[in-house]
Amino acid sequence: MQILKLIYKNAFRHRLRTFLTIAGISIAILSFGLLRTVISAWYVGVEASAANRLVTRNSISIIFPLPLSYQEKIRQIDGVKTVSYGNWFGGVYIDEKNFFANFAVEPESYLELYPEYVLPPAQKTAFLRDRKAFMAGRKLAERYKWKLGDTIILKGTIFPGDWDFVLSAIYKGRDKNIDESQFIFHWDYLNESIKKTAPRRADQVGFYMVGIKNPIYAAEVSNAIDRTFKNSLAETITETEKAFQLGFISMSEAIVIAIQMVSFVVIIIIMAVVANTMAMTARERFGEYAVLKTLGFGGPYIIGLIFGESLLITSIGCILGIVLTFPAAHAFGSVMSQFFPVFNVSVKTIYLEIVSSVIVGITAAIIPSYRAVNIRIADGLRRIG
Amino acid sequence: MENKPLIVEIKNLYKSYRRGNQTIPVLQDIDLDIAEGEFLALMGPSGSGKSTLLNLIAGIDKADSGMIKVVDVDINSLTETDLARWRAGNVGFVFQFYNLIPVLTAYENVELPLLLTGLSGKEKREHVETALRVVNLSDRVDHYPGQLSGGQQQRVAIARAIVTDPNIIVADEPTGDLDRVSAEEILELMERLVHELGKTIIMVTHDPRAAKMAHIIRHLDKGVLDHNNANSQTHI
Repeated sequence: MQILKLIYKNAFRHRLRTFLTIAGISIAILSFGLLRTVISAWYVGVEASAANRLVTRNSISIIFPLPLSYQEKIRQIDGVKTVSYGNWFGGVYIDEKNFFANFAVEPESYLELYPEYVLPPAQKTAFLRDRKAFMAGRKLAERYKWKLGDTIILKGTIFPGDWDFVLSAIYKGRDKNIDESQFIFHWDYLNESIKKTAPRRADQVGFYMVGIKNPIYAAEVSNAIDRTFKNSLAETITETEKAFQLGFISMSEAIVIAIQMVSFVVIIIIMAVVANTMAMTARERFGEYAVLKTLGFGGPYIIGLIFGESLLITSIGCILGIVLTFPAAHAFGSVMSQFFPVFNVSVKTIYLEIVSSVIVGITAAIIPSYRAVNIRIADGLRRIG
Repeated sequence: MENKPLIVEIKNLYKSYRRGNQTIPVLQDIDLDIAEGEFLALMGPSGSGKSTLLNLIAGIDKADSGMIKVVDVDINSLTETDLARWRAGNVGFVFQFYNLIPVLTAYENVELPLLLTGLSGKEKREHVETALRVVNLSDRVDHYPGQLSGGQQQRVAIARAIVTDPNIIVADEPTGDLDRVSAEEILELMERLVHELGKTIIMVTHDPRAAKMAHIIRHLDKGVLDHNNANSQTHI
């Protein structure tokens, strides 16, 4: 008979109370995991960004375009390897509720810059060859059951009209954090149509994606690009892709902070619940602790019993919570795929769940242990009978 | 019995409790010697201080002043940690309400004090089996306290008290929660421990029949111990 056996038996002495506490911890850990995953999903663009890619946009705002002629000037800047460009298209598929990101890009340079979008060579060729072709992410194609060769019509919001495209390629993400729900088509298709309907808006791009030779010189190359267009009609701001993505997130920073706070509040609430359980448990057992002390067991043994029980209960709750996080995240991600194209439970989230549980287990045991250790034996024994 | 060495020596012992600003004296100027192998019963009305005196002898409480030497150790000068260690090696406890751990079997309850010793698993098993045999409960080793009668639970408690082979066994109202038959069995068992195993037992009791089993009866009243006069100190 060892202390571990007594801890185990103590933990399940009041089964209903223990199971309810475990259920509470599981739900709290599950909620914490989901909220942390939402935050991770928010930052997925940042995580997926590459150090050797810069984004150049109009210095006033991203909604203001840049001339297509900047492409060649950027290409000539020392340190620049590849230049691609694109526009946010803002098209709607059938109904506005069917939201997904859709971009018009220069396809060849774009695919060169984004090797993380993996597509079969034949499909790549088909996509590059046909001006009306588009490539869709795997998840997007699955969501709307699109097949290669299907014609898809988007209603333009920024660029009015019905735009028809042919699905020529379905890409997969090289890594787990790659967004597989994008709709990418030829910028030329967009530009040529604009030339006919709104010639003044033609030959203008929303942003440039710049591939650089060495990420160490990202700041120098960025400065060089912006210097090139200083005092022009369309001055630029160039920053790393990561900084560009963070700039987008900063617009919704308050929401992210609110979610973070709620995730920690969940942990604090469950900490109070477990602390209450442990306080009740310890109070009921003061007599037994007094008996153990009478028999010669010291404070460390009593502390070990209470901490052990608290940690055992929180560990079981934590394991259950972690196990449940995966199917819950999958279900949540499926429902919210329009807003969170990548919704994966990260290893960091699992570590945070474990650390939170340990903190809850330890914190909940501190006061009961202090009381149990400091109760006079005679007072403890009086509680029996 | 007079030739036997003293196992408990108490001189000028005082103990009081504080209640708010008030100091309530519980034991006053207690002198008491107990020889090895004696079976002593402490009697007195409720609140007379007999359980407090027992707690002081057993080292689970500390006196305000005076000398209390048990097994040649001045236990009043020991730190809490040393006192706990000393209790584990020298004192066996029997309580009115048995005070067994309900989630542990009879065997595991008896084994509990041995966890503080350096005995091997085999040695522990031998000690536990012997203790349970002494109290005639070898057939109840796997029973939980809730599956045992009051008398059987108290026998398990006695087995737990003797399993470390302590010098003294202190018993606080050991028959107080038992029916008459079970109480007699427990008292007979305690007498056997004194006669056959040479244990020293100090027992607090209200029950005159229980006290009759002791060699010596001492009376406490309002914190004062009788002064060895013939009426209050009785050698059986």
